[in-house]
Formats: sequence, C-alpha cells, structure tokens
Amino acid sequence: MSKKDLSVEYSTILIFALAILTMPIWLSPIGAGYPDLLQKFVIYGIFAVGFNILFGLTGYLSFGHAAFLGIGSYATVWSFKLLGMNVIPAVIFSIILAGSFAALIGYITLRRSGIYFSILTLAFAQMCYNLAYSVLTPITNGETGLRVLKTDPRIFDHLFGRGQVDGPLLTDLFGIHMTGYPGFYFCAILLIITYYIAMRIKRSPFGMMLKAIKSNQTRMNYTGFNTRPYLQTAFIISGMYAGLAGSLLAITDPLAGAERMQWTASGEVVLMTILGGVGTSLGPVLGAGLIKYFENIFSSYNDNTLHAALSFMPDWLNDVLTIIISPFVGSGWHLTLGALFMIIIIFLPGGIMEGMGRIIQIFKPNKPGGSTKTASQG
Amino acid sequence: MTDIIKKHVDRRGVIKGGMASILATGIMPSILTSPAYAADYLNAPTGKTVTLGFNVPQSGAYADEGADELRGYQLAVEHLNGGGDGGMLNTMTPKSLKGNGILGRKVEFVTGDTQTKSDAARASAKRMIEKDGAIMITGGSSSGVAIATQSLCQEAGVIFMAGLTHSNDTTGKDKRANGFRHFFNAYMSGAALAPVLEKAYGKERKAYHLTADYTWGWTQEASIAQATEAIGWKTVKKVRTPLGAGDFSQYITPVLNSGADVLVLNHYGKDMVNSLTQAVQFGLRDKQVNGKDFVIVVPLYSRLMAQGAGKNVEGIFGSTNWHWSLKDAGSQAFVKSFGQKYGFPPSQAAHTVYCQTLLYADACERAGTHNPCGVAEALEGFKFSGMGNGDTLYRAADHQCFKDVLVVEGNDKSTSKFDLLKVVQVVPAKQVTYAPDNPMFKGGELGKCNPGKA
Repeated sequence: MSKKDLSVEYSTILIFALAILTMPIWLSPIGAGYPDLLQKFVIYGIFAVGFNILFGLTGYLSFGHAAFLGIGSYATVWSFKLLGMNVIPAVIFSIILAGSFAALIGYITLRRSGIYFSILTLAFAQMCYNLAYSVLTPITNGETGLRVLKTDPRIFDHLFGRGQVDGPLLTDLFGIHMTGYPGFYFCAILLIITYYIAMRIKRSPFGMMLKAIKSNQTRMNYTGFNTRPYLQTAFIISGMYAGLAGSLLAITDPLAGAERMQWTASGEVVLMTILGGVGTSLGPVLGAGLIKYFENIFSSYNDNTLHAALSFMPDWLNDVLTIIISPFVGSGWHLTLGALFMIIIIFLPGGIMEGMGRIIQIFKPNKPGGSTKTASQG
Repeated sequence: MTDIIKKHVDRRGVIKGGMASILATGIMPSILTSPAYAADYLNAPTGKTVTLGFNVPQSGAYADEGADELRGYQLAVEHLNGGGDGGMLNTMTPKSLKGNGILGRKVEFVTGDTQTKSDAARASAKRMIEKDGAIMITGGSSSGVAIATQSLCQEAGVIFMAGLTHSNDTTGKDKRANGFRHFFNAYMSGAALAPVLEKAYGKERKAYHLTADYTWGWTQEASIAQATEAIGWKTVKKVRTPLGAGDFSQYITPVLNSGADVLVLNHYGKDMVNSLTQAVQFGLRDKQVNGKDFVIVVPLYSRLMAQGAGKNVEGIFGSTNWHWSLKDAGSQAFVKSFGQKYGFPPSQAAHTVYCQTLLYADACERAGTHNPCGVAEALEGFKFSGMGNGDTLYRAADHQCFKDVLVVEGNDKSTSKFDLLKVVQVVPAKQVTYAPDNPMFKGGELGKCNPGKA
C-alpha cells in the first residue's frame, strides 16, 4: 500500500468520524437530532456495513441477516439478566454467539450460490424467527419480548453491591448509563471502529480475494483457489457485525423482540445497502440512515403537522396540498420509501454513492472515470 | 518500511488528538442542552402548550382499532381545549377540568405508528419523549406493545395511559407505577361471561381454545379456561396461533375431530375476523357434537370486529368494555359528539382512550402539576362516574379500573351496519372485582413512580 493511499485512508476515516460524532448538531435542523433516532442511525449503520462485507464484496445475497441481529439482542439481554447490567460482557457474548451461529449457518448455506444461497439463508432466518416467536418462548418470551426484571440473578451486580436498584434498571458502562446521548456516543465510536475494520478488510489481500469471487468464482476455482474458506470467513465476519448491531439495539433499549428476526428486517438491510450503494464503504451507512429517517420521521407526520408546515401558503392551496401529500406520510411512509427506492434503482443503479459520484464529476469535468473512483474510495 | 511505520504512529497521534477535540466540542453542548436537565421532572411544559403522545397501530392486525383510537384522542383534545359540545366533560363527576386545556395550557398532540410491534412502538414513543417533548404517552392496541411501552415510560419518567390492552399482565405481573389502565382485562371477561355461558349452554361442555400466541392470548386463555372450568366445563385442548396469521384453516380443521363442542376464539382484530369467518365457513356452527349444537365463543368482542365478520357473529357471545348503545348520560354525550364529528358511532377503543385522556387531564388539574408522581397520586384510588361504565374506581394497588363489564351477543336482527351487537347483561363491577394478589396477577410490583431525571 502506497503512502498516498494510506493518507487518503486516514483522512477518510477522520472525516467519517467527525461527521458521525457531530450528528446531533447537523441533524437537528431536519428533526432527527434526538438520541433514539441517532442511536438507530449508527446501529443500523454497523449492521449495513457488516452486511456489505458479504453482499458488496462477494456478491452473495443473504436474505437472513436479521437472524444474527436477533441472536445478538437475545444474547445481550440474557447477559444483562445473568451477569449484570455492564455492557462489555454483553457485547462480547453477543458477537461470539452470533459469530458461531454464522459459522454453522454459513457452513450449510455456502454450499450453494446465487438464488439458492439466498433462499437457504431466508429459510434459516425464518426458522430462527419462528423458534424465537413460539417454540423457544421460555428463552425468548415470545411476542412479548425478553426484558430485564428486578428478580433476575445479575451475579456481578450483586457481587459488587449494586444489586438493589431503586429506579428502573439501566445498562451501564462502568457507571455511565447507556441511554440518551452517552448511548449514542458509545454506538458511534463502535461504528467508527467497525467502519475502519471494514475498510481495511476491503483493501486487504483477503478483500481482494472476496472481490475476485464476486467477479468470477469458477475461474478462481480453476486456478486452484479453494474459495469456500474465504466465503465462510466473510459470512462469519458479517454475522458478527450483525450480532454487534443487535447487541447495541438491546443495550440502548433493553428489550429483545422476535420481530427483529423477521424476514422484513432481513429485507430492510438489503434495501439499505442497495439504496446507499452496493460494494461502497460509505453507501450502506447512508442507506441505513435514510431508511431509519423515513421510518421514524415521515411516519410521524399527520394532517395537523402538514397544515402547520404548509401554513405559509394560502388556505386553499394548503388544503389541496395536504390532501395530496397525506397519503405519502404517516402510515403511508412505506409508499414514499418504495417510490424513492424505485427511482434510485432505475436512474442510479449504484445507489446514493453513484449519485454523489455523478455530482462530483460535474464539478471535475476533466478527470475521467471520477464516478467509479470516488465510489470505490468512499 | 520504517518510513511507513513512522508515519503510521504520527497519524495515529493526529487521529487521537482529533478525536479528543471532537469529543470535547461534540459531546459537551449536547449534554448541556439535553432537555432532561431543564426541570425537576422530564419534559415539564414551559410555554403555553402541553404535548401528549398518541401511539397507535396504523398498520398491522389492529390497524382498524388504531384508527378509531386516534379519532377518540382527537375528540378528547378538542373537548379539553373547550371545542365542540364538550362531550363527557358535561357528565363526568367529580370533575376539575375547566375546558381551557390542562392547567391553562392548550393541549397539543403528536402521533406515531406502533406497527403492532414492540420495537417500533418503543422507537415511536421514544421519539415523542425525546424529540417532541411529550409529557404523557398513551395508546397501544396490543398488550405486548402496551407492556413494552409501559416499561419504557417507567424508565423514561412519563405517565403511560394504556389504551386497548386486555392482558392480565398489563396490571398484573408487568404493572408499573407510571402506567394506568382504564380498559377491562381477561380475568374480568371470564368472570362476567361464565354465568351467561352456563345459562345458555349448560354445565356439560367441552371447550377447544384457539389462542393468539402472546401475552394477551395467554392470559385470556387461562382466565376463560379457569372461569368455564369453575362452572363444570372441560378444556379439551389449547392451540396457539401466531399473531396476524391470516389463514386459520389448518387450526380449525382439527377442532371437529377433537370431541369438543365449544370453540373459544382468543383472537382480536383482523385475526378474530379471519378465524371466525373461516370457522363459520367450515360449517362448525351447523354441526352437532356430543348431542349438542356446536357453539363458538369470542371472549373479547368489539364493534369493529363484528363489522368485519358481518353475519358470522350472529348469536355468538362475548364481552366488551363499552358499547355505543348504552343509555347512560355519559355514553350518550360521547356518542353524540363522536357521531357529529365523524358520522358514525365510536367503538370501545375510541371510548377507552377518550376516557383515559380526560382522566389524565383531570388528574393533572387536581394535582396542580404535570409531574408524573403528582399525577399518579391523584389517579390512585380515584372514584368517578358519568363516563359510561357506572361508578368506577382506579385501584391504587395495581392501577386498574374497576367498573361494569358488558356481556354482548351478535345481533341477529341488526338494523344497520353499526347495530351488530346487543347488550345481554351489564355485569356489575362487584362481580368482576378480584384481590390484587390473585394468582393470575401475581409476580409483579408497581415500584416507585419515576418523574424522569431531576
């Protein structure tokens, strides 16, 4: 790796870190600067970055990644219940458990590629979902969701004399409660670290191998490479990322529900990655942010907020516009998201990152191939 | 190579420095401006308005109920702010509300979609608390969601006024000091329904339960089984079905071969509409088993569901919290103003959330504050009437309302599409009251009220 590449890498991660950590400031004007949504942005960012290691680099489309998200959440809540409210063992426990499940599921599903692989992963995820939803109710508490109760053992908490809590039980990192902004910064720092790891993986010889699998796996096999171990490793890493994301979801809000494992949740991360730009480093993070923004902000608009937002217009225009727009907000936010998704796929197959690349190219007309280059660097 | 390593260390130092400065500039202002530190309780209203958060399902199996809840909430806000004809504000006794908002502040509201999922509901409630500054959260058309939101409100430090939630656990093992429920529960359904079933179908019956597989279904199944077994019925089998299954044919086919002569459908919303319609289509009600007519019971009824299931509900017994055909002054006033605004009568979902909003506002007036601890104290042990269910008590021990429960039957002589249920009996509150340490409600504790971070 040349010196120039290294300096580009460092400045990229520095800018990325700066952008993530200042999110509470620059997202406030668009109504997204509150802790819960910021946490969701970075957590689903981690999920999508991990998913991209598998899908973006090797081209293997997994439709069952939500299973690892759910496993991570359940593992974390159980860690809270048994060990105590500290987040460190919870995170480690979740990553290990999600990683071992990924090893098992990957070992079976990676025997096939293409659509067969997708269907296999989907089947596994639905199995996990149904197990969590009804069969394993004693472990997962079914539809009601798993929560931390005051009667739980929490061995280490009791050992260190913190067993009796007066108020609600909150997760903590050596005394700092992981709710609100501290929770966000905890997740944000983990996103920056995992983003950096993903970037290094992409540029490593291992990453090159994964990209080679995407471009032509048959040729790889003919030249004497055994591609399975590489795929298996990518699958496990990606599963561990999902486990970490699931763990963080449970850390910022100690509740794990089965719906986190449903196929719609698996589909969501596919949408995030495609919307942002498959194979790019930054794209999945942007896609995750966009989808979560729609889900939380657009769904909260009702006729009253629309009237208020359009109050600068004459009354009759205000009423007409409210009638036109209202099916697309509130409970209709899926409609808007679907339309946006279609537009992006049709006009910008490379997602948001391709759009950004094109804009940059407009300002640098003399540099050929700017689009693809920026995309791959981002 | 050495050159690169050197650079490496240097740049790492740069990153560290950069991080430190980011942390210093990024974290500090947001901590200082965090709303939690602004007053002695969370989201204390400072201006001329107060914000309530209405968190209802706008998609999923309970979307119809959610839509009607939202109508009830909007009507309540209108009446609280002195608009419309005042509705139950004219009939509620005792009453401290003045029709000028809450404590002189105009009531505003924000809405959210729970999607009938705990995750989405909590995200939506968090948005209301953290971003919109809601001082009270209310809603939920699924007990799973209601329990999840209730514990969130307890942790965050705002009042939760439960909407449509019928599980025993909401005010049983999952009760919370910041949560209050006006709606009746599964135990009350069983206690009210059993004598009517005994009279209509006799003591020798075998029941087969189909149950929605979550907290509400479980507790209703247990409550109905207990109440019917007390009158001599036998429970043949209990089968759990996933929430929002859509197709219940695979669960209904085995019923006839089981030797049961009663089918108890512990389903609600679209699930109940689908399972009942399919059970009728399969000809269950035309069959004879053990020499008796096969019958279906739907323990928790609502008009919206009856509307969805149409003629299939005729002659089927169930219980309900409230019905628009009640003749007391409170119900009449509510039905009148709801009808004027929307053009059709309200459902029990609209009724319970309307009452909850008024009860919350009234408690604020009596307490003279929005502080959750003050409000909770004002609600605990509060006795009121004129809200459609006779004399009602908000019990302090578990934050559950005790009031009359209705046993209804699908109407075979309906005159309109709203006249689908007829009230068979108004069961007095005394008959459905239980001790707070009843085994079905054991295992939880209210804990202390949480006013948010001081």
